[in-house]
Amino acid sequence: MSARERILAAVKNSQPEHTPLPDIAFLKEPVLASKEQFATIVQAIGATIFFVKDITEVKEILQEKFQQLPRKITSIAALAGIADVNWIAADPHSLENVDLAILDARLGVCENGAVWLTENEMVQRVTPFIADSLAIVLTADKLVATMHAAYEVIGDSQYGFASFIAGPSKTADIEQSLVLGAHGPRNMFIFLIH
Amino acid sequence: MKETAASFIAKSTIKANDLEHRRKINFNISRYNAVVPQGKQQFADVMQAREHAKNIKWRAIETLDQQLEEFELQITKRGAKVIWAEDAQQALDEIGKICAEKNCKTVVKSKSMVTEEVHLNHYLESKGIESIETDLGEYIQQLDEEPPYHIVTPAMHKSKEDVAKLFTEKLGTQPGLTPEQLTLVARQKLREKYIQAEVGVTGANFIIADIGGVAVTENEGNARLSTAFPKTHIVIVGIEKVIPSLTDLSLFWPLLATYGTGQKVTVYNTVLSGPKQPGETDGPEEMYVILLDNGRTNLLKNPQTREALYCIRCGACLNACPVYKNIGGHAYGTTYSGPIGSVITPHLRGLNEYKHLSYASSLCGNCTEVCPVRINLHELLLENRHEAVVEGDSSLSERIAWKAWRQASMNRKMMNAGNGKLKNWVVNKVFKGWTTYRSELNFSQKTFNEMWQEKNK
Repeated sequence: MSARERILAAVKNSQPEHTPLPDIAFLKEPVLASKEQFATIVQAIGATIFFVKDITEVKEILQEKFQQLPRKITSIAALAGIADVNWIAADPHSLENVDLAILDARLGVCENGAVWLTENEMVQRVTPFIADSLAIVLTADKLVATMHAAYEVIGDSQYGFASFIAGPSKTADIEQSLVLGAHGPRNMFIFLIH
Repeated sequence: MKETAASFIAKSTIKANDLEHRRKINFNISRYNAVVPQGKQQFADVMQAREHAKNIKWRAIETLDQQLEEFELQITKRGAKVIWAEDAQQALDEIGKICAEKNCKTVVKSKSMVTEEVHLNHYLESKGIESIETDLGEYIQQLDEEPPYHIVTPAMHKSKEDVAKLFTEKLGTQPGLTPEQLTLVARQKLREKYIQAEVGVTGANFIIADIGGVAVTENEGNARLSTAFPKTHIVIVGIEKVIPSLTDLSLFWPLLATYGTGQKVTVYNTVLSGPKQPGETDGPEEMYVILLDNGRTNLLKNPQTREALYCIRCGACLNACPVYKNIGGHAYGTTYSGPIGSVITPHLRGLNEYKHLSYASSLCGNCTEVCPVRINLHELLLENRHEAVVEGDSSLSERIAWKAWRQASMNRKMMNAGNGKLKNWVVNKVFKGWTTYRSELNFSQKTFNEMWQEKNK
């Protein structure tokens, strides 16, 4: 018998009888998504939010505030003039010195400020984690109220890699004092198009 | 007395009297206590959320064999390889084999208690492979050559001054750096390692049966980098970490974050379901998932202690425990410390060797009160004591003492024998154990029987 068979046999022989679970209704009332709540929480977890009308306004803000950053990359075609778009097939190690990565997100969660990115949005798995700053472009119709609602949206889709990202990288491992920018991005900007 | 028990008592005695240690721990835990209520506000009904989480884990453990097979089937479809390990040695041998195949010189590791359980760093070192901890707290502990002190906050017992001093000694940094500066030093040092390492090793917070996924939560981004750069990714995880469905994460992510650190949700919550797919440009070329038993089926077999497998390793019971707060995480001498450690270690590593941990409890029940998946921790500690006695692991003097106590308690004449002074002398002077750390007991001069008779005259 292999280790696999022995462990599965041990598990099977040790399992309890199937019993009905106590019935507890969960989240009876639907909750509505609120961009104000999203903005408040996003700021509370250390990110900066910009309310914008359209992608042109995103462009303007990027030009105005991030002009000086030497290496900017994006996967959003409309931002081609502002940031590099020719990195799709590059060696991921070459992204080590990216100052700002500008990416789309699939959805945003109002109750905790997290945004959901799959491999499609990241292009390279390492992009949103290696850049010094991360900017996310999200349209307000992609906001959902709760994590439960978020999982209803993403539950059926297929992908090999995806992540909820809530704010800049942080640590409190030294005497519980919060430091932004542990290993991942030190800043996070969210452009909410509404 | 067993050596493990003697060492536990010796270490706890020292730590309990170390006021500076207590100050640091109380300071750090007070900051945790301040934020947890804020995190809890996100739940419309916290108790219901916890009951719901317990139900999910209950069902998962009840059908564990099917869940594990489903997980294996699904993740294998996407190209990951699943390896089953009955004990620590099998797991280490498999990791050793993979590293040798890849000609690996450097491993980057993100925080994982299971790798502590199997002593992976020690094993890799013996094979001449550099193993680097990338979580800041773990990195600090590795520099100091100490095991993690706490399952969520590995360097909880160190003040910022302690860390600055350690960095100066080991890395040659300027003395007196702030937490911000220290974090930046670690960030720079570790960046080189992510790029250099051939293999990344992580644990898993959950493994997801229906999609064949590995769920990893973190704040720093180190696990993300450890799984994105190296060409080979090895996950090592206990078989009890399974949850049935991806959608269950909508409850478990926030619950783990709130009870672990007081956050609503941690910064990075990632689901990995396989290595780089054809047509993808990034990600590890190979992914291995090692499913570890190492005594967990012992816990499963026992109907009383089975629910300890629901644990999501948030560390809340450690922070709530009056014993942990005074003796600290290292006194236990085990990978998993605090109430959950005292509950599971005797079953993972032998009741006789570790039963003493079940007595390191005031049975105040605060651990049960704070557990997000509602494990009856304090009752399980009692259960361990009970099992130790049934299995004949109690000491002779203990058995005699209880026998005498039982006889005396059931016999009115013996209860009434001797006056208060005599009882005081016996307890305070003959059995000195009582007064070592406590003030003297003062028995009533009259027996209960005498008082009762006077009252009812």
